[in-house]
Amino acid sequence: MAAVAVEHGSEEVEHQAEASGHAHPPTNTGISNDKVAMWAFLGSECLLFGALISTFFLYRSRAPLGTVKPHDVYDIPFTSVSSFILLMSSLTMVLALSAFNRADSRRAMVWLSATALLGATFLGGQIYEFTVFIREGMTMKTNPASSAFYVLTGFHGTHVGIGVLMLLALVILIRKGRLTPERAETIEIAGLYWHFVDVVWVVVFTVVYLLPL
Amino acid sequence: MTTTEHGPAGHADAPDAAHDAAHDHPTEKKYWIIALILGVITAFEVALTYLDLGDAVAPMLLMGMVAKFFIVASYFMHLKFDARVTRRLFISGLSLALFCYLGVFMMFRQLGPRSDRQDINLIETGVPQR
Amino acid sequence: MTSVLEPPVLLPEDPRPIASGALRRPARTDGFWSWITSIDHKRVGIMYGVTAMTFFVIGGFEALLIRLQLASPNGRILDANAYNEVFTMHGTTMVFLVVMPLGAAFMNYLIPLQVGARDVAFPRLNALSYWLFLFGGLFLYSSVFLGGMPNGGWFGYAPNTSIVYSPGHNIDFWIGGLLITGIASTVGAVNLITTCLNMRAPGMGLFRMPVFTWMALVTQFLLLFALPVITIALFLLMFDRNFGANFFNPANGGDPVLWQHLFWLFGHPEVYIMIMPAFGIVSEVIPTFSRKPLFGYKVMVFSGIAIGFMGWGVWVHHMFAVGLGPVSITAFSISTMFIAVPTGVKIFNWIGTMWKGSLRFTSAMLFAVGLVSMFTIGGLSGVTHSVSPHDRQQTDTYYIVAHFHYVLFGGAVFGIFAGIYFWYPKVFGQLLDERLGKVHFWLWIVGFNLTFAPHHILGLQGMPRRIYTYPEGTGWDFWNMVSTVGSFIIALGLLVFFANVRRTDKRHKRDHLTVEADPWDARGLEWSTPSPVPAYNFIESPEIHAVDDWWHRKYTEDEDGRMQRLDDYDKAKASAEEHLKPGQAVHLPSPSFYPIIAAAAIFVAMFGVVYGRSAGANYAITGLGVLVLVCTLIAWALEPSTEPDDALVDADADRLLGLAPAGSAQAELGSGDGGGDQPALTSGGSSGGGAG
Repeated sequence: MAAVAVEHGSEEVEHQAEASGHAHPPTNTGISNDKVAMWAFLGSECLLFGALISTFFLYRSRAPLGTVKPHDVYDIPFTSVSSFILLMSSLTMVLALSAFNRADSRRAMVWLSATALLGATFLGGQIYEFTVFIREGMTMKTNPASSAFYVLTGFHGTHVGIGVLMLLALVILIRKGRLTPERAETIEIAGLYWHFVDVVWVVVFTVVYLLPL
Repeated sequence: MTTTEHGPAGHADAPDAAHDAAHDHPTEKKYWIIALILGVITAFEVALTYLDLGDAVAPMLLMGMVAKFFIVASYFMHLKFDARVTRRLFISGLSLALFCYLGVFMMFRQLGPRSDRQDINLIETGVPQR
Repeated sequence: MTSVLEPPVLLPEDPRPIASGALRRPARTDGFWSWITSIDHKRVGIMYGVTAMTFFVIGGFEALLIRLQLASPNGRILDANAYNEVFTMHGTTMVFLVVMPLGAAFMNYLIPLQVGARDVAFPRLNALSYWLFLFGGLFLYSSVFLGGMPNGGWFGYAPNTSIVYSPGHNIDFWIGGLLITGIASTVGAVNLITTCLNMRAPGMGLFRMPVFTWMALVTQFLLLFALPVITIALFLLMFDRNFGANFFNPANGGDPVLWQHLFWLFGHPEVYIMIMPAFGIVSEVIPTFSRKPLFGYKVMVFSGIAIGFMGWGVWVHHMFAVGLGPVSITAFSISTMFIAVPTGVKIFNWIGTMWKGSLRFTSAMLFAVGLVSMFTIGGLSGVTHSVSPHDRQQTDTYYIVAHFHYVLFGGAVFGIFAGIYFWYPKVFGQLLDERLGKVHFWLWIVGFNLTFAPHHILGLQGMPRRIYTYPEGTGWDFWNMVSTVGSFIIALGLLVFFANVRRTDKRHKRDHLTVEADPWDARGLEWSTPSPVPAYNFIESPEIHAVDDWWHRKYTEDEDGRMQRLDDYDKAKASAEEHLKPGQAVHLPSPSFYPIIAAAAIFVAMFGVVYGRSAGANYAITGLGVLVLVCTLIAWALEPSTEPDDALVDADADRLLGLAPAGSAQAELGSGDGGGDQPALTSGGSSGGGAG
C-alpha cells in the first residue's frame, strides 16, 4: 500500500542521515552512480584539455615576423596572482564539503560562496588580461600561437564559468533547504568538477605561461 | 532487502569500507596545510622563471606542475582515499591523453633538439591573408 | 557490493497524477507523447534503431547515386560539386548516423537486460542522447535546403574545409551536426559505463557479464576518450572559419597535419567503436545457434580489451602518405600489424565455437557467419595496408574503399542485421519470416561481394578515390559496372528486409500471434523475460551464478561433457513468461520533457553558429539556445528522477500511475549538477543523490 512505500522512503532517509557523506550506495562498486559518472566524465575531459594544451604547445612559437605572440605579452606576476586565487578556491571548496559533512550548512554556504567568488575573480582577471593583450596587438586572428592561446584559455574559462554557476546554484539550494547534509555527495561531486578545472589550470599555467620558449 | 544490508555491520563488510571506518577525510587543518604547500610550490615556480637557469628551468617547472596536480587530485579530489574504480577511470583518461599527445609532439619534433623544431618565427608571409 | 532490484510493491488504492515543477510530469505509456517523453531504455533503443534505419536508407540512396555516376566513364548524373556532396554525406551518414546509432540501439536495449537492471544509470540522460542524435542528423541534413550539403569528405581535411576553399555554409553544417551527435555519444558513454560498472545483478562479477556487454563496455570507453579529440578538432576548425583563427591556415603558420592527427586520433578508435558492438552481437548469436558456449570466454573479453587499448596506437596508419618520416611510419606499421592479432583471435574463437556444434542456420546465424567471413577478408586487406611501402600505392585508391566496406558493411552491418534477426522477437514480440530473411542474406552476400570485391582490383589498377568520373580508356569500365549492378542487388535485399518487417507485423496483428520468451533457446539473461519485454524488465533480481546463467537454469553437462536438460527446464521456461500479478506494481524512473527540450535548444543554438559567420547578429540565436538550455538543465536537475511513489507500473497495461499518498514528502530534490539515480532502488527518491 501507500504505507509500504512511505516506510521505504523514511528508512532510506534515516539510513542516509546516519551515514551522511559515507553512505555506501547499493551499487557493485560501492560508489554512487553520480560519482562514477563524474569521474568518467573527468577522464574524458583529460583528452579534451590535452588536445587544447598540445595544440598550444605545438603552436606557441608560430608567429610570423612582426606579429605578437603570447610570450611577448605575458604579465607573469598578474597571472601568478590569479592562478593563486584559483588554487585557493580549491581549498575553500574542500572546506565547504567538510562543513557540509558536519551538517554545518551555514558554514558550507559561506565557503561555497567564497569558492564562487574566487572563481569569478579569476575569470575577471582573465578577461582583464585578454583586453590588455588585445590592446597590445594580439587577437585570435594574429597567428597560430595567439589562436591557440585564446581557444585554450577560453575553453578553460568557460569551464570555470559553468562551475561558478553551479556553485551559486548549490548555495541557493542549500539556502532554500532543498539540499540537505544527507546529500553531501552532491557537493562532493561538484567539488570534483571544480578541482579538476583547477588542476587543468595548474597544467596550463606551467605549460603555457611559465615554460620558456 | 537492500536497506537492511546496509546497517552498520554491512559497512564493515563492504570493500574499501575499512578506510571509512578507520580514518576520515583529512581534517580542515590538513587542508590549510596542503593549500599552503601548493602556494609555496607556485611561488617557487614563478621565482624560477626570473632566475637564469637555462635548460634546467623546464624540468623543474614540470616537476612542480606534476607535484601540484598529484596533490590536488589525491587530497582535494580524495582520489587517494576513494575506491579503485574512480582512480582507474581518471588515470586511464590521463594516461591515454599523455600517450597520444606526446606521440603527436614527437611527430612534430617538439620533444627533440631545438634545431629540429619547425617553428616559423622567421617566416615572411608573402601570401595574402584571406 | 551488489545492485539488487527493489521487489514489487502492492498497488495503492487511490492513484492520482502529480504535477511538479514547471512542466507537468508526463504519465502516459502509449501514444505519440509517451515516446517523446519516454526515458525507458528499451524505447530509447527502439527509437535509435528506427531512426538509424531511416538514415541507412538515405545513405543507401547516396551510395546508389555514386554507383550510378561511376558505372561508366564520363558519367553525367552528378557533376563534380554534387558528387563531392554525395560522397561526403554518404560517408558521414553511414558512420555517424547509421552504424554508430545502430550499435547504440543494441547497447541501449540490451545492457540493462543483460546485467539484470531495470534501466540505465541515468535514464533522462539516455533519452537526451537519442534526441541529440536525431537533431544532429536533422541538422546535418537541413543543409540540403540551406545552401548545400557538406562536401569536404567525411574526414574534413583542412585547409580544404577552411573558409578559403569552402566559403559556403556546407562545412559549417558538417561541424555543427557532428558536434551535436558528439555530445550525444559522450553523454551516452558516461551513462552506459556507469550502468555496467554499478548496476549488475547479484552474483554478476565483471567476468560473468555476457560478451556483448563487455564489447559494449569497451566501445563506451572508446567513445568516452575519442570524442573529445574530434570535438576539439571541430572547434578549432570552427574558430578558423568563424573567427579568423589560424589553426589550419598555412599562410599564417598553421599546420594542416595537426587536423589529420586530431581527426585520426579520434578516427581510428572510431572504427573500433563501429565494429565492437557487432563483434559482441556475433558472440551471442553464434553460441546460441551452435548450442555451445562461446569458445574461450576470457580470451574473447581480453582480446576485446586489447583491441580497445591498441586502437589508440595506430592512428598514423591513416597518414602514411603525409611525409612524417621513416621512424613514425615504421613504428605505426608495426603497431598496425600487431593489432590484427586480437582480432584474428576472435575469428578463430568464433570458428571454434561452431566446431562440432549443433548448427542451426537461421537468418541471424547466417548474418553472423557472414560477418566472420566478410570481416576476415576486410581484415586481410587491412593487414596489407599496414605494410607502409605498399600502402603508398594503395592509399587514396579504391583498394582502401574495398577494405573499409568489407569491414564496415561485411562486418558491422552484417553483424547488426544478425542482431536484428536475433533479438527482433524479444524487442517486438514478433518473429521475422525466416525464408525472407534467408533471401535477404543471400541477396546481400551476392550483391555485397559484387559491389566491393571489384574495388580491390580497381584500386590496384590505379583508380583514385573521390573522383566524380573517369575518362574512357582507363580500363576501369567493366569492374565499375559490375560494382554498380551489385549495389542494386544490395538495395533489393534491403527491400526484402523491409517487406519482411511489414509482412510479419501484419501477420501477427491479424492472427493475434505471440512469441515465447525464449524462442531460440538462447543463453543470455534477456531471454528470461517475456517477449516483448515489459517496462520493468525483471520482476525480481536474478541471481547470477555463472556466465550465461539463463542457459544454466535450463541445461547442465553430464560427465562426458554432453549437454543435458535440467529437470527444472520447463519451470525455468515458464518463469520467463511471468508478468506482474494484478495488484503488484514496480517503481520506475518517470518520463520527462526535458531531454527533448534540451536537445532542441542545442539544435537551435547551432544554427546561430552557422549563420553567425555571415552576420554577427546571428549569434544571438546561439545565445537564445544556450539560455533555454541552461534553464532546461536547471529544471531538469530539480525534477526528481523518480516522483515519490509515482511511476508505478502495474500488471494491467503497464500503466504509469501518479500518486500523492497522504503525508509523504514531495520529492526531496536533487541539486543542479546532472546527478544520477538508481531507478531500481529508490523508493522515496532520496538515496544516491537525486536528479539524473
